[in-house]
Amino acid sequence: MFDDLRDLYQEVIFDHNRNPRNFRIIENADRKVDGFNPLCGDRLTLYLKMNGDVIEDASFQGSGCAISTASVSLMTEIVKGKTEAEAEALFKTFHEMTTGKDEQVNLEAVGKLAVLAGVREYPARVKCATLAWHTLDAALKNEKQAVSTE
Amino acid sequence: MTQFPIDKIRNDFPILNEKIRNKPLVYLDNAASSQKPNVVIDCISHVYRHDYANVHRGVHTLSVRSTDKFEGAREKIKDFINAESGKEIIFTKGTTESINLVAQSYGKANIKAGDEILISAMEHHSNIVPWQMLSEQTGAILKVAPINLRGELILDEFIKLIGDKTRLISIAHMSNALGTINPVKQIIAAAHDKNIPVLLDGAQAIPHMPVDVLDLDCDFYAFSGHKLYGPSGIGVLYGKQALLESMPPYQGGGDMIRKVTFEETEYNTLPYKFEAGTPSIADAIALGAAIDYLNEIGMGAVAVYEAELLDYATEQAKKIKGLRIIGEAAEKGAILSFVLDKIHPHDIGTMLDSLGIAVRAGHHCAMPVMDFFEVPATARASFAIYNTKQEIDVLMNGIESLIEVFG
Ligand SMILES: Cc1ncc(COP(=O)(O)O)c(C=O)c1O
Repeated sequence: MFDDLRDLYQEVIFDHNRNPRNFRIIENADRKVDGFNPLCGDRLTLYLKMNGDVIEDASFQGSGCAISTASVSLMTEIVKGKTEAEAEALFKTFHEMTTGKDEQVNLEAVGKLAVLAGVREYPARVKCATLAWHTLDAALKNEKQAVSTE
Repeated sequence: MTQFPIDKIRNDFPILNEKIRNKPLVYLDNAASSQKPNVVIDCISHVYRHDYANVHRGVHTLSVRSTDKFEGAREKIKDFINAESGKEIIFTKGTTESINLVAQSYGKANIKAGDEILISAMEHHSNIVPWQMLSEQTGAILKVAPINLRGELILDEFIKLIGDKTRLISIAHMSNALGTINPVKQIIAAAHDKNIPVLLDGAQAIPHMPVDVLDLDCDFYAFSGHKLYGPSGIGVLYGKQALLESMPPYQGGGDMIRKVTFEETEYNTLPYKFEAGTPSIADAIALGAAIDYLNEIGMGAVAVYEAELLDYATEQAKKIKGLRIIGEAAEKGAILSFVLDKIHPHDIGTMLDSLGIAVRAGHHCAMPVMDFFEVPATARASFAIYNTKQEIDVLMNGIESLIEVFG
């Protein structure tokens, strides 16, 4: 019945929505930033534990739609063990992939995140996918105030 | 009773033939804005092809013709809401501007530091923010009357909040987020006992029921053309003549003056005093056409038909496991706001869209209502004269299927 949506709602997204990874609080987190999408009410809090410039651990709390939950869940998995610079580079590629300005995005570079490429066909949903990454960006830049997609 | 002419009505709205993602459009976002019948679309094009010139300005034939049509629309609106005079009908951009006009004109002239403005907890942002701005400017206090878990105003509490300091009450006739129809007559009676004027935000009520401002005895009534099958960019503020006379102008410019020198300006009479600048001429005339169209059907018949749709939708929705209706007031208009267990409204919106069904997913410009019900957002199906029970079946099937997919 929802054949048209198969590119947007891939099984991996349902899986992460049902069972979000790293859905917990890091008690001794070095960075903690809130992200908010006022348009749909998605809210998340991102926690990072740093070791030098390496992200040792990442987790989140909050509630949102399937796209935003899957996006933040996947993100916390993939950035673990990455340096700040590597994470920033990934954000850049992810942003290009989801906003669709560059068709030539190297999907291999984003690994599992490629399941979110489908949002580019749904402009109303792009912010759902990018909220997590804007929040991460703020956390890496050590900005304390909440991030809003608006 | 004669049959509601649903087939004819559906034929009158050309957009209903659109295919959305290869499916027939099921348009259930009427509370945000309704679609337009041919008579409205054709009226706009007719005005620009045959009748257009600026109004109230020239002696030439077209200007006279345009002015006649524009003022004719005002008369139609006056009759539609049973106002006493066309002087009480002020054209605005819409509900939002109408409320801001009252806040900045009546409010600034009559409300001082320590005075109170009373609204309810179910208001649209456009019936909250203008009062917050006025409060900031004057030092007045904004009081908010509570609602219960069915989404009804708690009338006792509301009445208790009408006090010696209350200077103005502004409340939705019908809520856009919940569908609740408020007991406005009782509120108005209680307010008038203390000589307090009442503004009704009629944005949602006006398309769904007969509205009679004389019978309601409200002091102001605000609504938008675009939710009433008319164009966007045009709306109305009704005000009792004596009140409007006493109020200072809202904006300055052409049309609202009688005589200008650099030393002083004499303001025009009602309603022009509040209509500075060139109005949305064709849109006002087309709003008149929308009203003619509705009069032919009859607002009483509209109310009966839509009540049937809402009853049916509510009954079907209640059969769906995991669906919770937000807003179950005893008195309700044709709006069904709901949430699903573990499925975010935005996912509901996208999923239904892929089936050709347009619903609103979000906070409906009523964030305090969302906070009260402890939901980030809701999905909202809102019905209009062209919707059918078959469309409600399509919606319910869609909801059941998406619950399955999310598992
Ligand atoms: C209850 C209510 N009040 C006010 C408004 C604002 O109307 P407009 O945007 O046409 O000015 C709306 C429209 O969404 C509404 O539903």
